[in-house]
Amino acid sequence: MTTLASRSLRPKNIDLRRRLVVIGNGMAGARAVEEILARGGEAQYRITMFGDEPYGNYNRIMLSHVLSGEEDTGNIFLNSLAWYRENNITLHAGVRVQKIDRFAKLVFSDDGRATPYDVLVIATGSRSHLPPMDGMYMPGGMLLPGIFAFRTIDDARNMVAYAQQDHHHRAVVIGGGLLGLEAARGLQSHGIDVEVVHSGGHLMNVQMGPDGGAVLRRSVEALGIRVHTSSRTTAILGDDRVRGVRLRDKPDIDCDMVVVAAGIRPNVEVAVTSGLPVERAIVVDDHMRVPDEDEIYAVGECVQHRGEVYGLVAPLWEQAAVLADNVTGANPKAAYLGTRTATKLKVAGVDVASMGLQAPERDTDEHVVFSEPSRGVFKSIVIRDGKIVGATLLGDSRKVAYLTQAFDRGLPLPEERVALLFDVGGPGEEAGVAELDGDAQVCNCNGVSKQALVDTVKGGCTTLAGVMDATRAGKGCGSCKLLVRQVVEWAADGAVAEDLAASYYVPGVPLEKAELLKAVREQGLRSVSAVFAALAPGGAEDAKSKMGLASLLKMMWAGEYIDERDARFVNDRVHANIQRDGTFSVVPQMKGGVTSPDQLRRIADVADKYKVPLVKLTGGQRIDLLGVPKEDLPKVWADLGMPSGYAYGKSFRTVKTCVGQEFCRYGTGDSTKLGIEIESRFQGIESPAKLKLAVSGCPRNCAESLVKDVGVVAVEGGRWEIYVGGAAGAHIRKGDLLATVDDPETVTLLAGRFMQYYRERANWLERTYAFVPRVGIEHLRSVIVDDAEGLGAQLDAAMQQSVDAYVDPWAERDDPLTPGQFRTSLPLTVLPQVPVR
Amino acid sequence: MSAGAGPVPGAVHVLGPLEQVPVGEGRAFGVAGEQIAVFRLRDGSLRAVSAVCPHKGGPIADGTIDRTVVMCPLHQHSFDLATGCSTTGAGPLHSYPVTADGEGNIVLQLP
Ligand code: SRM
Ligand SMILES: Cc1cc2nc3c(=O)[nH]c(=O)nc-3n(C[C@H](O)[C@H](O)[C@H](O)COP(=O)(O)OP(=O)(O)OC[C@H]3O[C@@H](n4cnc5c(N)ncnc54)[C@H](O)[C@@H]3O)c2cc1C
Ligand code: SF4
Ligand code: FES
Repeated sequence: MTTLASRSLRPKNIDLRRRLVVIGNGMAGARAVEEILARGGEAQYRITMFGDEPYGNYNRIMLSHVLSGEEDTGNIFLNSLAWYRENNITLHAGVRVQKIDRFAKLVFSDDGRATPYDVLVIATGSRSHLPPMDGMYMPGGMLLPGIFAFRTIDDARNMVAYAQQDHHHRAVVIGGGLLGLEAARGLQSHGIDVEVVHSGGHLMNVQMGPDGGAVLRRSVEALGIRVHTSSRTTAILGDDRVRGVRLRDKPDIDCDMVVVAAGIRPNVEVAVTSGLPVERAIVVDDHMRVPDEDEIYAVGECVQHRGEVYGLVAPLWEQAAVLADNVTGANPKAAYLGTRTATKLKVAGVDVASMGLQAPERDTDEHVVFSEPSRGVFKSIVIRDGKIVGATLLGDSRKVAYLTQAFDRGLPLPEERVALLFDVGGPGEEAGVAELDGDAQVCNCNGVSKQALVDTVKGGCTTLAGVMDATRAGKGCGSCKLLVRQVVEWAADGAVAEDLAASYYVPGVPLEKAELLKAVREQGLRSVSAVFAALAPGGAEDAKSKMGLASLLKMMWAGEYIDERDARFVNDRVHANIQRDGTFSVVPQMKGGVTSPDQLRRIADVADKYKVPLVKLTGGQRIDLLGVPKEDLPKVWADLGMPSGYAYGKSFRTVKTCVGQEFCRYGTGDSTKLGIEIESRFQGIESPAKLKLAVSGCPRNCAESLVKDVGVVAVEGGRWEIYVGGAAGAHIRKGDLLATVDDPETVTLLAGRFMQYYRERANWLERTYAFVPRVGIEHLRSVIVDDAEGLGAQLDAAMQQSVDAYVDPWAERDDPLTPGQFRTSLPLTVLPQVPVR
Repeated sequence: MSAGAGPVPGAVHVLGPLEQVPVGEGRAFGVAGEQIAVFRLRDGSLRAVSAVCPHKGGPIADGTIDRTVVMCPLHQHSFDLATGCSTTGAGPLHSYPVTADGEGNIVLQLP
């Protein structure tokens, strides 16, 4: 009886979660697990990790600083052993995995254990490559004492201990790449005399061309490090310990220790012996999955993705996120498409940054070079089709941040190429920092953006150390410390008042958006002049603030707003977009891009009658009549008999659609109909910045929904995906998936709720592509889809109020609102002349 | 005086009723061949400056104003309404003395 009873209880204790096993507890493995946990992976998986090294996960990049004594080994741990306990992860530290049985789904480790898995992640990283040299090994097969690799925390500790022994004075570093130079510099700080032996023709030949290499050599030698290039080490000398090295065709060098930094090799043995596809490294697809293995993933330096094997951390962060998206099902479509890597040397005394191509490859490539060897300055930039495809910068890091960003994103470049190398006539370093985007990543190790730094400074933290502590910026490899400092100084600079102003909604009223909304509501301020009178210092009006306030008040008060025409920008006074010659453009509404022969006929007639200089199809799927004089606007609108398309406002603009289900053989939803419905509902509502939407009938996305402020895609099964925060203008961003819903009504509801939330929270002129990443898609989802904050009804009602208050502004054609509303201001035409008294 | 003969120094011109210029806005007038933008501030006072932006010819009368400056609608250069000097580094506008007479007309004096 009792046995039965206790048995029936037992199933409660059985862990039903699947088993996730991770091989390799380094930067990629641990990061992947962090990302999996961040996606709620703990509810899905029991996690077990194997790590060859007997520690938690540490920041390998920091080993250079450990070697130089700048950092203590205790400080470089990213995940301490306690972290594994807290997250219920079983860690087998100091245990090596030897083989995987893919059919039995078992992992065999060198402690004799067989561990079953449902999902496997391989993150075995790389190891130092020890090129064959005579005399490397003792008879028993041990490395000759005094030879070191530079890969692990133990390597760094052992090197430090060895270097600090009194009778060791000289070291040879084999390899003049990034790692070798860092090792050389690190050893110097222990009073060791260092020489670098490099087989390549010049230092860092992977990252830069010979000209840069020559300048770098001068800088390195200036630090007291001797350099031998085109020199191959053929043997290590010494019987009991290192006594020297033998070079081919050159005299021997006496030394007490040798550090081998001659490249890395991916750790693929486990994969090879287990029958997984390995070329240069373990092959993975865009989902970080091993081909033909549904449940085996790999990540980090041990993988080969689209032919590339990486040796830096930036790619690994991206890979880990994609892996986690797939493993947890958070986003089964998440794909890794490769990373454009940039490297920096983080040794004190030499500034080196390099990215992409070293030198031009095609006849049409541009090459901008500046070289000043005596100062150790060398800059080279390769440009293809107007985009940076490679850069090397030595001895002057001021433009590095900007160039890295331009390289990363393919930003358009200044006409005057010299501005890429120098701040021509500008205020120097500060300009470099000022021109960085808020979302530009300053610290690549910990993924800290300029905006995050700026926000921290704004939050009242004005010391460099304080900001670094708060954000972890500069706490990875440290190569960005200079830039972090610059950003902090820039953000905290000068008059604190000016600094504060950046957070004001509009410059003339010293309040942030939330405070401003509150004050306006509490004091019942319904007009722009009332806001200035009540809230601006000295009650002073401010021209720069008027447009923003007008838009905000209209949003808040809808029908109750007191509309003072002088608060509007000229476009909103005459409901057309002003052009360079002072004429205007007229874009009639054409919902969802759908028109009719009758509309087209009227447009054609108007174009004839008013001799419209240019009739053009816009990128927003409608027709633009350009070059209309102000005084003709009311007549043009009257003859068109169509409502305004709002192509001029900081407002809801258009909904692009595709032909969709009705006609298209692939269509799965009536995208045209839904687009028209959305446009009809939200036409003209004002917002902090433009809102451009699209609805596509299937994932082929002919209406480009993924790069819209709100983009809707019909998917199989009659469902609709809603993306927000996409952009393809000055900035390119794929929208984030807000929700997948079952019917068009819900699309309209959630789109409206999102837009209202954006209207209430976004900064003036902050497009959704900036707003969405700032507040975070998870947060948006919880507020808008899950209604976690209970705001849903309120947002819907506020939006409804704005919808109800809509009036077509082109109705003013019959009854101008102000005297001379459509009178010419154009000095180029004859103005009304007045007689002289 | 015949019109079209160019501006007469110191001449006074009546531009007609104040109501032509809505409060807080500007309107352009051709005065003896000169293009002039007249603004009516929210406190009722008037300002007059040349109507063509020295930057790239923008229509100043379409600009946005406050108590002290007008901001050109094309590239947002700002100009002091009293002196015509740019506060954003563009060239200056001319400024003209302007008042309202007893009958509510705008009266402008050329330099
Ligand atoms: C007419 C049109 C170009 C065309 O011939 O196709 C156009 C014309 C202008 N665009 Fe645009 N944009 C037009 C589609 C786009 C698109 C494509 C789209 O809407 O699908 C984009 C990329 C999407 C986006 O908005 O991000 C686009 C991104 C921009 C941007 C960059 C915004 C950004 O933050 O990335 C600006 C500048 C701005 O807003 O500050 C801009 C600004 C302008 C302005 C309004 C500049 C101005 O303030 O005077 C141009 C007015 C020209 C004129 O003299 O009337 N236009 N513009 C298109 C009108 C579409 C419509 O029917 O409403
Ligand atoms: C000194 C130094 C400085 C660096 N500086 C920079 C820099 O400035 N910027 C930059 O971007 N990158 C730098 N790197 C490179 C960066 O550290 C690596 O790109 C990163 O650590 C790769 O992560 P990973 O997880 O793929 O490999 P690793 O961090 O090497 O982790 C792999 C782990 O798996 C373990 N393992 C391997 N095989 C097995 C097995 N069979 N069973 C169990 N465990 C196993 C290994 O012991 C290791 O702990 C530097 C590297 C070094 C060594
Ligand atoms: S999005 Fe799909 S359904 Fe719509 S037009 Fe393109 S292919 Fe056809
Ligand atoms: S034309 Fe006036 S600011 Fe450019």
